[in-house]
Amino acid sequence: MSDTTQDGGLALSAPPSADDGLSASQLAAKYGLAVSGARPGLVAYVRQLWGRRHFILAFSRAKLTAQYSQAKLGQVWQVVTPLLNALVYFLIFGLILGTRRGMTQEVFIPFLVTGVFVFTFTQSSVMAGVKSISGNIGLVRALHFPRASLPISFSLQQLQQLMFSMIVLLAVAVGFGSYPALSWLLVLPALAMQFLFNSGLALIMARLGSKTPDLAQLMPFIMRTWMYASGVMYSIPVMLADKPRWIADVLQYNPAAIYMDLVRFALIDGYGSENLPDHVWAVALAWAVVVGVVGFVYFWKAEERYGRG
Amino acid sequence: MAEESSKGHIPTVIADDVHIVYRVNGTGGGKGSATAALSRILRRGKGEPRGVRKVHAVRGVSFTAYRGQAIGLIGTNGSGKSTLLRAIAGLLPPESGKVYTDGQPSLLGVNAALMSDLTGERNVVLGGLAMGMSREEIRSRYQKIVDFSGINEKGDFITLPMRTYSSGMAARLRFSIAAAKNHDVLMIDEALATGDRKFRVRSEERIRELRKEAGTVFLVSHNNKTIRDTCDRVLWLEKGELLMDGSTDEVLKAYERETGK
Repeated sequence: MSDTTQDGGLALSAPPSADDGLSASQLAAKYGLAVSGARPGLVAYVRQLWGRRHFILAFSRAKLTAQYSQAKLGQVWQVVTPLLNALVYFLIFGLILGTRRGMTQEVFIPFLVTGVFVFTFTQSSVMAGVKSISGNIGLVRALHFPRASLPISFSLQQLQQLMFSMIVLLAVAVGFGSYPALSWLLVLPALAMQFLFNSGLALIMARLGSKTPDLAQLMPFIMRTWMYASGVMYSIPVMLADKPRWIADVLQYNPAAIYMDLVRFALIDGYGSENLPDHVWAVALAWAVVVGVVGFVYFWKAEERYGRG
Repeated sequence: MAEESSKGHIPTVIADDVHIVYRVNGTGGGKGSATAALSRILRRGKGEPRGVRKVHAVRGVSFTAYRGQAIGLIGTNGSGKSTLLRAIAGLLPPESGKVYTDGQPSLLGVNAALMSDLTGERNVVLGGLAMGMSREEIRSRYQKIVDFSGINEKGDFITLPMRTYSSGMAARLRFSIAAAKNHDVLMIDEALATGDRKFRVRSEERIRELRKEAGTVFLVSHNNKTIRDTCDRVLWLEKGELLMDGSTDEVLKAYERETGK
């Protein structure tokens, strides 16, 4: 059988020509063939990704819609789910436990709901990011597109989810006496920076998760620890007043706490700048840019290997 | 046959000693119980760690495909045909060796990008975007895709979620979306045998059209008749190795002798 391989191969390689003595790579070079599936340069990669922006957006919206497509109430759940979430936290922390700690009820309830929603945005981006490659390996092995489309698309889905939560959040703020003001516009840059931060984190987690799917099991515990450490349901400076100052500093400057505080500051009347750490906007921007860029480059470095799973 | 392939004589795909290895988690020897998994972690000896098993799916395949050729890939189940196609498409990186291609080869198929909870309508758009078509391209071809699939022949099904389709209907829509785009190097993985007879005739015709437009075509199929009708060259893979590479008649004859058909 093996000799026919040779004969057959030769018969079809056509009459002897100048190409005969060439090695595979020489032949490829001669006819301008490129290595299949090679990783593009960083700039080319960004350009490819931009070319796929419609796909990224359509994919994120499709995922969002598919979520509740079997429910009778359909897309109404987009708003009802965060509303129920807010109610549960109000019931436990507002009515039963009463853990206001240095805040009035009017401040604490919007404070709590903002914290939950803003943290959930990061949390679900990370969770979706971990599975974005490993959970879509069929797609990765079937079609060509910059792989970063997937984690970015999932972060975008969470951003759209957050927009529904914001409707509930604004209603809660008004309900507890914080009325629309110009400062509300500050929510936009805060969330834009958080989105950039989340995408970077999702990209990092996507690469790690594609090699080690076990991370999906581990992440809920890490995220919960992060949540409790970030002051979602308490004020960090008040809670840690009798502890060494650096502990409160570390917790306050962690990105989750920074973005939560910015949105609270923007929305809640009784939550003034005295609650924010120094240089808060600069720190928020630094987190977003550093994690966003590092995450993107880190993900791109393994671009050609994601199909391997 | 040989003359036909020699007329262009411009290589479009070069595979140079390609090896592909899958790593599979959680299949390590012994029982699948938690204790067995734990003892594997503790025992982490030399070589591959912790219950990761290697599957050497393609072993040292080399060939050169030329413009205008239609190449069939045959071999028994699990011989590495689909894996080799994915490597040529650049979707699965080879462990060693290289694949050189002219332009971007694409697999015919969008199944993985579609979502059963969405309407057929939205899936046409999503699938088109996933294949890299622009919104305008999709808009201009939308009606053709829907008509080709014949989904709307029995009522307005395109506005219903795909999960409500019968398996035949879903397969037809998937094929219609996938076949809407033209490709330089086209790879077809047993996409032919879907739908009812009427649709199969129509899809075979569309594949012939795509073939004409494409520079080089690879076809994986277990149907020797399809291969004979479509291909002028055949690669026979067995256990990941290239057993034979030659004209369709020659290779199919040997293959049929071996498999006793």
